[in-house]
Amino acid sequence: MKLTFSIQGGDFTHAGHPSSEVKKVLKQLDIDGKTIKNIVIALYEAEVNVVAHAWMGTVSVDIEENKITIWVTDEGPGIADIELAMQAGFSTASKEVREMGFGAGMGLPNMKKNTDELQIESEVGIGTKVKMVNYFS
Amino acid sequence: MSGLPNYHALKVDAAKCIGCTHCMKACPTEAIRVIDGLAVIDHERCVDCGQCHRSCPTRAFYVEQDDLAKIKAFKYRVILFPSIMIGQFPEKYNETQIYSGLKKVGFTHVFEVEQPIQLLIDSVNEYLRNEENPKPAISTYCPAVVRLIQGRYPSLSENLILRKAPHDLAAHFAIERLLLEGAQRDEIGLFYATPCIAKIASVKSPVGERESIVDGIVNMNHLYNEVMKVISEVEVEDNSVQRQNLSEEGILWSLTRGESRHFGSRSIAIDGIHNVVRFLERLENDQVKGVDFLELRACDQSCAGGILLTGNRFLTVEKLERRAKRYPSAKDISESTIRVNIEELKQKLVIDSISPKPLFIFGKDRVKAMDKMTRAQRIVCSLPGIDCGACGAPNCHALAEDMVNRKAKMSDCIFLQQMWEDEGKITAGKAHLNVQKKWGTDRFKADCNKRGRRNEGF
Ligand code: SF4
Ligand code: SF4
Repeated sequence: MKLTFSIQGGDFTHAGHPSSEVKKVLKQLDIDGKTIKNIVIALYEAEVNVVAHAWMGTVSVDIEENKITIWVTDEGPGIADIELAMQAGFSTASKEVREMGFGAGMGLPNMKKNTDELQIESEVGIGTKVKMVNYFS
Repeated sequence: MSGLPNYHALKVDAAKCIGCTHCMKACPTEAIRVIDGLAVIDHERCVDCGQCHRSCPTRAFYVEQDDLAKIKAFKYRVILFPSIMIGQFPEKYNETQIYSGLKKVGFTHVFEVEQPIQLLIDSVNEYLRNEENPKPAISTYCPAVVRLIQGRYPSLSENLILRKAPHDLAAHFAIERLLLEGAQRDEIGLFYATPCIAKIASVKSPVGERESIVDGIVNMNHLYNEVMKVISEVEVEDNSVQRQNLSEEGILWSLTRGESRHFGSRSIAIDGIHNVVRFLERLENDQVKGVDFLELRACDQSCAGGILLTGNRFLTVEKLERRAKRYPSAKDISESTIRVNIEELKQKLVIDSISPKPLFIFGKDRVKAMDKMTRAQRIVCSLPGIDCGACGAPNCHALAEDMVNRKAKMSDCIFLQQMWEDEGKITAGKAHLNVQKKWGTDRFKADCNKRGRRNEGF
């Protein structure tokens, strides 16, 4: 089954809506709690990335019998050096964003830790596309 | 008393229910549907929070209770009740008069449940010190919250603190004390008076146990009325020795922050079931960091807002806070006053496990479940999305889910039905019959005295 959501850059108040909705669906499908938690954490991080850095984005979710695939696509500044961004503590978030408690540089590493497959494609000045896959046990 | 599976104390009085949908909208687990013009509770989903009871304009919800006459079967008749009850009585009666009133009602021993509370504090602290237990640890004090977590936030079940509530503590304490006095176990009858329907349910079908320790449940409102009939207007003989183990902390326990003030370096207390729901959503999303203790209570102002209380909850809180100041700190009550074996008593407070019981799943077969959910999503697209409740379900989404679970039909939505009529798909007569089936024929009569008329019970 498929779900889609849009994310508005800079709207921290509503960050977390797609992850909550996805969680609700996974709970109804009786997916085990640990897997749900991983998915929700990873998706929330991805959402916050869009909110903190990009202008706008979309979340598309495809749930199949044995796995969930999530694409988070944004129009934004893009990531120049993905490898560097994958390191814990690396952050390009502005001072304001950090003061709100976001942008501690744990985004991508946390997404990696909580997904079975993670792919990131990015073009500077255009945007970033993140694909995450989690398998159900 | 042996445990009943899935017992709930709240029942709907068909003679009073007007099918107004207020309760259906207030329920945090979408457990209520209006069928044939009456509210019907799905007992699988109900967590005994009492929201429906509170929101009912005609007082159609009532609470099943045990008959007080049951106490006669025992030689030692113990009444256990939370401190909250003392806060119910008018100021002119003091504790001594109230205790003596309870004896006049027929009890031989009177125990407030929050004693000796230091044992519970120590026991919970022991639990919290164990690094293996997941954080934040969530109190199991409020049974409605425990059921809510098991059902709606199953993955958080492992955060529940495996310790019992004060009424279990007091029940064991009372038994030990009476055995010391020379009583036989089967001569002791324990009766628990509570303002809380969730406690009633948890005593009748305990979480994580087969047997309940108490022999009967007394509705606190009912007991209050009985005591008020016999309470002495003049000073009675001092009986403060019966409150020797009661402490400031014990009296405050059932109020908001009553627990959280003692535990963890970072603790949060939340009251009101809808506040609790919002917070648990965040917690489940892993968006709450660094907190180590959570006190969550279903009622606004915690148990002072329990549904079987007579007094105003804010006045009750104020009274209890004043009362607590007159009592010693729990730490200062010496073990010699407690008199029973403390280690043994502490052992009895441990719960083995609390398992998740997910409520919102669409069946075990994942492929079928996904198919159902996809269908429900498609149905939602055709529903008006105003969540009016006229279909008998709390919102459009719930109706769509009911439809795919074969508990409702498309034509239950009065908007769709209207459209079909317009498109000539059904006749006006058939549409009218459909609505009559849901709401009863009386709904359509002009009658200024009909049930649900303006201002009734509001
Ligand atoms: S007691 Fe609470 S959970 Fe049960 S039906 Fe009423 S509102 Fe719903
Ligand atoms: S807050 Fe107290 S009275 Fe209300 S449901 Fe919880 S335990 Fe019962």
